[in-house]
Amino acid sequence: MTRAAGRQGGRAAHQLAHCTHPLPAIVLFLAALPSYRLAAQQQPHPGKPIYDRWCAGCHGETGAGDGEAAPHMLPRPRDFTKGVYQIRTTASGALPTDADLRRVIDEGMPGTAMPEWRTRLTQGERDDVVAYLKTFSRFFQGPAPEVLNLGRAPSGGEEAIAQGREAFQKLECFKCHGEAGRGDGTSAPTLTDDLDFPIRAADLTESWNFNGGSTVEAIYARLRTGLDGTPMPSFSDAVESGVITDEQLWRVSQYVRSLSEEPPRVREVIRAARTTGIPADPADSVWFQVEAFYIPLVGQIVRAPRWFTPSVDGIWVRALHDGQRFAIRISWSDPSRSPDSTWQEWLNRVAATVARDDTTAAPPAPPAPPVHGPDRLVVQFPRQVEEDLDPPYFLGGSPRRPVYDWRWSSNPDRVEEGTGMGLDRFAASAGATQVTHAARFARGEWQVQFTRALVPADTAAAPAFAPGYAIPIAFRAADGSNGEDAVGGSISAWYAIYLDVPTPGRVYVQPVVAAMLTAGLGFFVVFRAQRREQRAAGPYSEES
Amino acid sequence: MKRLTAIVCCGLVLAACGGGGERAGGGEEEAAAGGGAAGPTGSGSISGAVRFTGTAPANPTIDMSEEPACREKHSSAPVNPKVVVNNGMLGNVFVYVKSGLPAGATYPAPTTPAVIDQNGCMYDPRVFGVVVGQSIEIRNSDPVLHNIKAVPSANRGFNISQPTQGMTTTRRFDTPEVMVPLECNVHGWMNAWVGVVTNPFFAVSAQDGSFTIGGLPAGTYEVEAWHETMGTKTATVTVGEGAAATVEFSFGPTT
Repeated sequence: MTRAAGRQGGRAAHQLAHCTHPLPAIVLFLAALPSYRLAAQQQPHPGKPIYDRWCAGCHGETGAGDGEAAPHMLPRPRDFTKGVYQIRTTASGALPTDADLRRVIDEGMPGTAMPEWRTRLTQGERDDVVAYLKTFSRFFQGPAPEVLNLGRAPSGGEEAIAQGREAFQKLECFKCHGEAGRGDGTSAPTLTDDLDFPIRAADLTESWNFNGGSTVEAIYARLRTGLDGTPMPSFSDAVESGVITDEQLWRVSQYVRSLSEEPPRVREVIRAARTTGIPADPADSVWFQVEAFYIPLVGQIVRAPRWFTPSVDGIWVRALHDGQRFAIRISWSDPSRSPDSTWQEWLNRVAATVARDDTTAAPPAPPAPPVHGPDRLVVQFPRQVEEDLDPPYFLGGSPRRPVYDWRWSSNPDRVEEGTGMGLDRFAASAGATQVTHAARFARGEWQVQFTRALVPADTAAAPAFAPGYAIPIAFRAADGSNGEDAVGGSISAWYAIYLDVPTPGRVYVQPVVAAMLTAGLGFFVVFRAQRREQRAAGPYSEES
Repeated sequence: MKRLTAIVCCGLVLAACGGGGERAGGGEEEAAAGGGAAGPTGSGSISGAVRFTGTAPANPTIDMSEEPACREKHSSAPVNPKVVVNNGMLGNVFVYVKSGLPAGATYPAPTTPAVIDQNGCMYDPRVFGVVVGQSIEIRNSDPVLHNIKAVPSANRGFNISQPTQGMTTTRRFDTPEVMVPLECNVHGWMNAWVGVVTNPFFAVSAQDGSFTIGGLPAGTYEVEAWHETMGTKTATVTVGEGAAATVEFSFGPTT
């Protein structure tokens, strides 16, 4: 029943309840009937125009999650006809409350294509959309769901986190989420959702991407309710049957929260501190003293073939220089060291699921088997650094204004240096590579260090870098096991890297000298004043 | 008179609401599951066999190296029993009386639960049936984490974590559905199916393809046989009072 019709029917019933004479009541009722029917037929649901305009492109007009954009997406847009929702405050298998639905619309689903709508639609519009979504599944005609009593988080601390780590092991969360929580568990490559689409185990080191929120309470709620439609189960039965205690589950939540830094602040300039020696490899403990800069990456959707479902959504960059050489250490979560045969099934599924061309149809039968390429990372600078205030085209440069690239690949493990004139137009430099690298893959994370002389041996082949300038820098990454390659992967815009200028000695000396001079002058002035006073006072002073 | 008017009005309002036809879907099934007279039983039976014609496909082997505790429960390399064929007979086929019982006949859910065990990182049984509302007891006999996820379409699903050996959980389904898939996402090879039906007249073919459905009243029934990879077959079977009827189903790789 539409909302408008419901109002009409309600009014009719209200009037009926107050009628005192039977005949007018029946007449009134009969009069109300056709108007109810008419209303049901002619007045669309108030949420429909909003849904059709803003939601149907992904979720489809009938709510089946099959909008025009859907074939490009992974995870796929929610299929509302199933009545199955991930983010709830209700038991596994139960419907979400209206507030649960509103929350997802308000806040979006981080890490997916679902944006927040709080700033785009009015409160009334969002309420109408919630009511309209519920018309897509007959399950919402049943009784309202019961909200779980989730309680409040106990106080945390190191002890709590240690207990949480223990419980994380006991509950075998690592089977999917991995030992370090990066979504690289042994079961991760085989995971599918209810619709048989491949689905990632959450990377627990990126709490800012947690669907449903990143607080300890939100994590605990996901453990209790499960994420319906995904492989993530509910632990409520485990608590109720005494297999684990409620407190242990809170500890797991606290531990999981501790795996992430605070949501990173994105800064435009990466600072390369000056140091006295460059670490030899990315595992060197020196790197952990160096400030890390988070650079978000997004799918390459600027030119065809586009890629809407990138595996790498951000990298951490640390940089150092010693006046002669400079080094950049880049690390990022990647559940597979590509090519990795255990991820072949995942790759096949992605290839069969995600459309790469501009059509809106599901992808044609992929070439079997799909190419299982290496993991890649590209660090990009302008080809001519100092002359260019305005950097070249960010997406791999152009023939007219090329870029200078370091192109690393995991298999073979090597870095190529050269000139880029577009994503797939690259000419490796002739002669010896001037950049060296060391790559390490550990527990679902790549760590790659590049090192180069500030002034290269061959300045014709590579630009020189000088401290004291903001040098444009951009990044691209690709996960071979996700079907990504030189064109389809993740990209960043231009950022800048600033190599610290050595602090001149005078910076330390000048303030001291200035302070001493000031103090000396002060003493002198006071001394003179006192002398003058004494002289002026003369013989009287001794009398008094 | 006022009271009569109120009753008439209420009746009309109800009729008007019901006439909207918006409850289609679950409505009929709910009627079948609730209320009504207890359905008839008898001493007739349908027994038979499920044949498999042609060459049986090889079942995929399972790599259990990541779960030594499960692997050691298997004396030989475990395989995923998608198609169980012995001497041309097909096991794990769900056979049930689809129609032919008196309209509106209802059968109470058995008080004993149906049990599904997770043992050696395999479901046991792989295929089973329950009456609507009957308890399903889910056991974990493995010292490893299993999640058991039901992915129904007519019923509400669930996804439960069973992280320790010996844990049991009980669930039930309220709406008939043939079949409800069950799966473990930690072990992608683990699949099971439960047939949720309105009457107790169902069976699952044994390893030798045989099955027997007992306790039937006399009548003519549509009997359906379901297999996880090869779909369904139906047959019409007439059962006399207290008589034993037989039926054969035949599946093949091309059907």
